[in-house]
Amino acid sequence: MQQVHNTSTPLTGITLVGSYLPRTRLSRKSIAAANSWANPGLVSKGKGHRAVCSHDEDAITMAVAAARAALSAGDCDAIQALYFASTTLPFADRQNAGIISEALSLPTSLKTLDATGSLRCATSSLIAALSSGETQLLVAADKRRTQPASAMEMTVGDAAAAVVTGQQELMATYLGSYSTSVDMTDHYRAQHAEFDYQLEERWIREEGLLKLIPQAIETLLAQLALDPGEIAHLILPGADSRTGAAIAGRCDIAQTTVCNNLELECGNSGSAHPLLLLNSALENAQPGEKILLVGFGQGCDVLLFETTELVAQLGSEKPVQSLLDGGVEDDNYQRYLSINQLVQLDWGMRAERDNKTSQSAFYRHRKTVTGFIGGRCKHCDTPQFPRRPICANPECRRPGEQHDEPFKDKPAEVKSFTEDWLALCYNPPLKYGNVRFEGGGVVMMEFTDFDVGEVQVGTPLRMEFRIKDEDNKRGFRRYFWKAGPIYSGR
Amino acid sequence: MAQGIKDKVVIIGMGCTRFGEHWDCSAEDLIVEAFTEAVADAGIERDQIEAAWFGLSVDEQNLGKSALSLSETLRLPNIPATRVENMCATGTEALRGAVYGVASGACDIALALGVDKLKDTGYGGLPERTKGTFDDLWSPSATAPGSFAQLASAYSASHGISMDTLKQAMAHVSWKSHENGFMNDKAHLRSRTTVEKILKAPTIAYPLGLFDCCGVSDGSACAIVCTPEKAAELGKTGTLVSIKSMQLALSNGSELSHDSWDGSYALTTRVAAERAYREAGIENPVTELDLVEVHDCFSITELVTMEDLGLSEVGNACEDILAGKFDASGQIPCNVDGGLKCFGHPIGATGLRMAYEIYLQLHGRAGDRQLDNPRTGLTHNLGGFPNKNVCSVSILGHYDSGATR
Repeated sequence: MQQVHNTSTPLTGITLVGSYLPRTRLSRKSIAAANSWANPGLVSKGKGHRAVCSHDEDAITMAVAAARAALSAGDCDAIQALYFASTTLPFADRQNAGIISEALSLPTSLKTLDATGSLRCATSSLIAALSSGETQLLVAADKRRTQPASAMEMTVGDAAAAVVTGQQELMATYLGSYSTSVDMTDHYRAQHAEFDYQLEERWIREEGLLKLIPQAIETLLAQLALDPGEIAHLILPGADSRTGAAIAGRCDIAQTTVCNNLELECGNSGSAHPLLLLNSALENAQPGEKILLVGFGQGCDVLLFETTELVAQLGSEKPVQSLLDGGVEDDNYQRYLSINQLVQLDWGMRAERDNKTSQSAFYRHRKTVTGFIGGRCKHCDTPQFPRRPICANPECRRPGEQHDEPFKDKPAEVKSFTEDWLALCYNPPLKYGNVRFEGGGVVMMEFTDFDVGEVQVGTPLRMEFRIKDEDNKRGFRRYFWKAGPIYSGR
Repeated sequence: MAQGIKDKVVIIGMGCTRFGEHWDCSAEDLIVEAFTEAVADAGIERDQIEAAWFGLSVDEQNLGKSALSLSETLRLPNIPATRVENMCATGTEALRGAVYGVASGACDIALALGVDKLKDTGYGGLPERTKGTFDDLWSPSATAPGSFAQLASAYSASHGISMDTLKQAMAHVSWKSHENGFMNDKAHLRSRTTVEKILKAPTIAYPLGLFDCCGVSDGSACAIVCTPEKAAELGKTGTLVSIKSMQLALSNGSELSHDSWDGSYALTTRVAAERAYREAGIENPVTELDLVEVHDCFSITELVTMEDLGLSEVGNACEDILAGKFDASGQIPCNVDGGLKCFGHPIGATGLRMAYEIYLQLHGRAGDRQLDNPRTGLTHNLGGFPNKNVCSVSILGHYDSGATR
């Protein structure tokens, strides 16, 4: 067993946090209604909602959204490293963190790494980030596909969460951590498997959760010479409330400290869940409280934090709660199945389109495409997208260099729109239109996350990094920005 | 100082196939049919033609990227032949090439022929195509109806006209096209319909319903042009139809990226129309134009085009349309042959098909739909998207020998 990691001066900790939940919340009742003929046991699990990605979301797009929630424009230049933790990386060999970094327009001089292979990849990465003393951005996201009518289909949800570590302006100070590595195959997913293989619940509970987690917690507390009664928030992702209470009991921690695992509200978001629950705990914590965060998966990570006065602002904004409140219920189980390619619908001839990407053109234009960076004319100061060699302002039309003009964070509104039932879209209709950006610039772009009839001329918009096209022939995925609604938490 | 094209070139023969779903023939058959009608009309031999311009739009599914298919199909005598493509203005571009060729003095007799065999693509509408290696990375996978539908949302917002009123006027446009197409035995759609049925049709791209959209068709149209002197030499003594103006305006990216355009009209139509009127010497299009053939790819396109051509005051098109101003019996008949909506829309042929109708009407040869002694007509194409397009405006009229020289 490893030694407890003790922080040394200067203090490190968490400086910023951000979270993301897809807007759609599939009602578990609809899942149960569709599948109870095959498995009547699902009816009792048909409570609450799971946050589900739209057709144009994946772990990368959710990660970008969570990171943007954490960072304001001025924070990006200070980031020294970006870790992306996920068990559902869209690319096995093309650094996913690199895509996120370019979408966020982080500096090119940056350490990046994808962390994967276990549901505790985010907590392990967090320990590494905190131990570095650097200003690091850690973002975790998972979009796990689940087999229809399985028990997992009822418990999993899609989400992302980000934290920034550093040494200045800490909202939570890092007090230490302890990790164990135990090859317990409570579940696993082989290299090319579509779904997890899940083992028996009772065995996982008795031999896994109720043994490995308490052992790790007790070790950490002992080495830090802390009384279990000092823990104000105990975060146990992956443990249901009954198991959570049992773990707390075994550690002599008050059962009332066990944080809501958000199982009913959004489901278990895999590797992102420890960070999502941490962010939730932080916004519910008072200054000076101790938060114990557990990551479980083939062993255990336990991290201890103490909140500072700076946590109060989070408490007044409650961003995670806003996200939880901002969902739109969906009872269309068939649509969810289709979006997750669990059923193959006939999308017609337009789905035969070849979406081959010219990689050299993409490489040349990647700041434009991934970063949504246009130009600002040096002569007339007009913002424009895309940047062309000659200014788009009809009163100017002068050639010459243009300044970089980021569009992704500009306020915008609908200038014109349509809902197109002829165009190919895996969640029809394809909604798009001209978007007018505050301060100048117009872009015809796709809308996302709007219901039919929700878009109107003048509707305020925010930009979202989303999947633009899939090249199924070559296994490539393109990303660009889409215009989405402004709603609670976003 | 350039003097423009007015009365420098006349049309001596035209041909046009029936537009529609020609499952039983190929593009070559359509070319031959349109050409045969045109040379017979002109009263010339094939080998008197000295140069040719060939309009063909969706080449991948048709006849390839050059004009070889035209030369081979017609067994032309190794004359210069050029394929042109400029979105929905392609047919008009073929005519412009031939007209400019003759006007330049490079040749006396030239051929313009357009064709498309869109039904062989297998798509209900236009086929899926790449927008280019860069635009594919960011531009929405928009369709033609979805792009033009946005005119309606912006028009409604800009003019404070309710979508219901706008849809009534759009429905009248489509109803009129069906009335006109019903009268034309070369039209693709020859059925009458009702405004009620139009308004109840399924939505294609909000707010456009099925009847607000033209379909795609197979078809070919053809013109033979020459100098007025050559026409006289060929014994053409009666009424001659001449080119009064041919203007083209292309977007330069300002509508795409700059907010000076409000999205409710076609900027290029206004620019091309102004130039075309000036070139033709037209001061008041409402009183001087006897008929117009405009690019009604969608009902909303025809609606805003009435304003962009100056035939309605800006913001007043709905009222004029509903009052019947552009009906066959109205002040300025629009698309009396059925338009894109009902005559059909094989892209490469459409501009020439419009010229064909004006030509027939000016000669008094339009049969049941003949208007009362028209002297001047206009054709209009709008290709691409409202924020990124190619627009042509051409004016045809009775030849006036005193107009030039």
